[in-house]
Amino acid sequence: MSSARNDILGDIRNTLSKRASDKERADIVAKRLSEKPLGIIPKRGQVNLEDRIKLFTEMATKVHTNVVRVKKYEDIPADISNYLREHNLPSSIKTGHDKRLSKAKWASHKNLTITKGASDGNDLVGVSHATTGIAETGTLLMESGQANPTTINFLADHHIVVISAKDIKGDMEASWSKLDSKDGEIVMPRVVNFITGPSRSGDIEQKLLLGAHGPRALRIIIVG
Amino acid sequence: MELTSHNLKANAKVALDDKQLQRALGNVPKGFIDKRAKAAAGLDEFEALRDKGREIKDHSLAHLDLYLAEYEKKVIANGGHVHWAKTAEDARRIALEICQKHDAKTVTKGKSMITEEVELNDHLIANGIEPVETDLGEYIIQLRNEKPSHIIAPAIHLNQNQIEDDFRRVHTHLDKDRDMSEPETLLAEARAVLRQRYFDADIGFTGANFLVAETGSSVIVTNEGNGDLTQTLGKVHVVMASIEKIVPTLADCSQILRILARSATGQEMSVYTTFSTGPKREEDPDGPEEYHVILLDNGRSDMLGTEFEEMLRCIRCGACINHCPVYHSIGGHAYGSIYPGPMGAVLTPSLAGVDKAGTLPNASTFCGRCESVCPMRIPLPKMMRHWREKEYEQHLQPRAARYGLAAWAFLARRPKLYRVLMSVAMPVLSLLGGTSKRISSLPFASGWTRHRELPAPEGRTFIQSWAQREALKQEAK
Repeated sequence: MSSARNDILGDIRNTLSKRASDKERADIVAKRLSEKPLGIIPKRGQVNLEDRIKLFTEMATKVHTNVVRVKKYEDIPADISNYLREHNLPSSIKTGHDKRLSKAKWASHKNLTITKGASDGNDLVGVSHATTGIAETGTLLMESGQANPTTINFLADHHIVVISAKDIKGDMEASWSKLDSKDGEIVMPRVVNFITGPSRSGDIEQKLLLGAHGPRALRIIIVG
Repeated sequence: MELTSHNLKANAKVALDDKQLQRALGNVPKGFIDKRAKAAAGLDEFEALRDKGREIKDHSLAHLDLYLAEYEKKVIANGGHVHWAKTAEDARRIALEICQKHDAKTVTKGKSMITEEVELNDHLIANGIEPVETDLGEYIIQLRNEKPSHIIAPAIHLNQNQIEDDFRRVHTHLDKDRDMSEPETLLAEARAVLRQRYFDADIGFTGANFLVAETGSSVIVTNEGNGDLTQTLGKVHVVMASIEKIVPTLADCSQILRILARSATGQEMSVYTTFSTGPKREEDPDGPEEYHVILLDNGRSDMLGTEFEEMLRCIRCGACINHCPVYHSIGGHAYGSIYPGPMGAVLTPSLAGVDKAGTLPNASTFCGRCESVCPMRIPLPKMMRHWREKEYEQHLQPRAARYGLAAWAFLARRPKLYRVLMSVAMPVLSLLGGTSKRISSLPFASGWTRHRELPAPEGRTFIQSWAQREALKQEAK
């Protein structure tokens, strides 16, 4: 295995070191990795918070996401109960252990059954909390972990995602800013999912069909 | 890589006569061209981002060894394993070893062109392991024992009625009188069949659209969610990716993501873009217990420093294919390579040799649409020309082409004779064109004119027109 590694890297180095010395190239790489220069950031997202929320909603709606806005976390259980009723779904949801979601006072909605943990594929409705939103494309940034298990993002038929209004950023680059960091480096969770709309496929004659392997419906609840 | 590219001409003839295929191919321009144009026009920064994307990839390639080493370091630091494969055979062997170590019976697969390139499925089957393709298009072609005909829409050569027939043939556990007239029903059926397979699989294979050196993450970009289920529910996640997928940072990756989906499907962003960094962590409730990356070279390091280096910028969006008039006419299978269209005409000879795939760069009208839509601004026509030159130098062209060129060269070196012949030929061809000014059949070229018309010349040669123009100028004085 290590010989293949040395072969491949050696072949590449032989070609590339003719252009610049290995020292020069190593310096350039070290600089790039420490400075992480930003490139071109689309202007459309560089607006104030209310306009970002508006853009986020517009872009998400365009890709068949259903977006609502509520005033506070306490309003979430009622919204979800209504959604379940409207869609003829059983009154039970699967969530992770996200602390922000526990602010919702679920106990006041006694007929709503909540189970916590990873999904085993038998949950029709999953509820997650997004880390940030990306206004430029109507995208959610989701982190894996106990708070929001990745399986809920993909196995539930209806995925309901809560996001705090103030966490809606203008662009993809800014959306990374809420992740944990250590010594100026982002600490990547096992998985980061950018989600833009419900699952879909165009594999049958290029027709847009929703609900391929992931959720058939995506609802975003913006809080605040 | 199994190739039938040397049969291009015969394959193309079969394709042109295939009514089902011709009907399906109508979906290519319809489904892709307008959507891409709209998405590109909808983002003010799109053209500037194409320049930026090119710059990022050129920078990554100029420091490829260093970024690969950095990437490897980060993957290992996050608890993952990195394997290096010089050849397709190496990649297959490593993949099989991982499967055997875990006593795998079935593996699920997210859509991956690299596993197609190394023909992983056949190798697994030969060793008693069942691979299950989970992308709808890939699933369909696996049922048909076919290869993908497009790098992002593998079943685009098929019509709904054909898919219905395949599902009826294979899904025998379902009511044989069920109504399958709606495409939604077909999708729901595949979804239900594949759901359990994710849970049953021992290992999930995916490809990668990007490998991020900064964080040691592999990135997949999908719409269906099958890649994510594959890599989340399998006990082991194996990423198979080629070495040129490296980008330095998350910021660099974000730049290219903005042009990838827009160029590919005309979406602002694909539904799922997933960054995976190592295996399940202690506190994680889900995810794979092991995370492996197999880095494949298979001829790519040899492309560095050659006239084909720029091809390594390719991000496999398929835009060149979607805009190619030749692809629109013959579809993907006729190319005899899993990489069809303009990108395949450049890449396949690079990976497999000009002796095996030298015919592919001839499957082009050199209209230049591929280059004009390539998000990475790869000069595809120029590279196809390089391959044609190499094919000529190595005497690999068919006899008719060589004789034709030789005859033309003979005349071109004898201007007087050339002019005499042309002054006879032009009026004849013009006459053949009739009032429509199109020639729909030509002696000795019926194969060519059967599927297209030759625009008829105006009846005069360039030299004659020039002489007349000069004479008129003189008169005017």
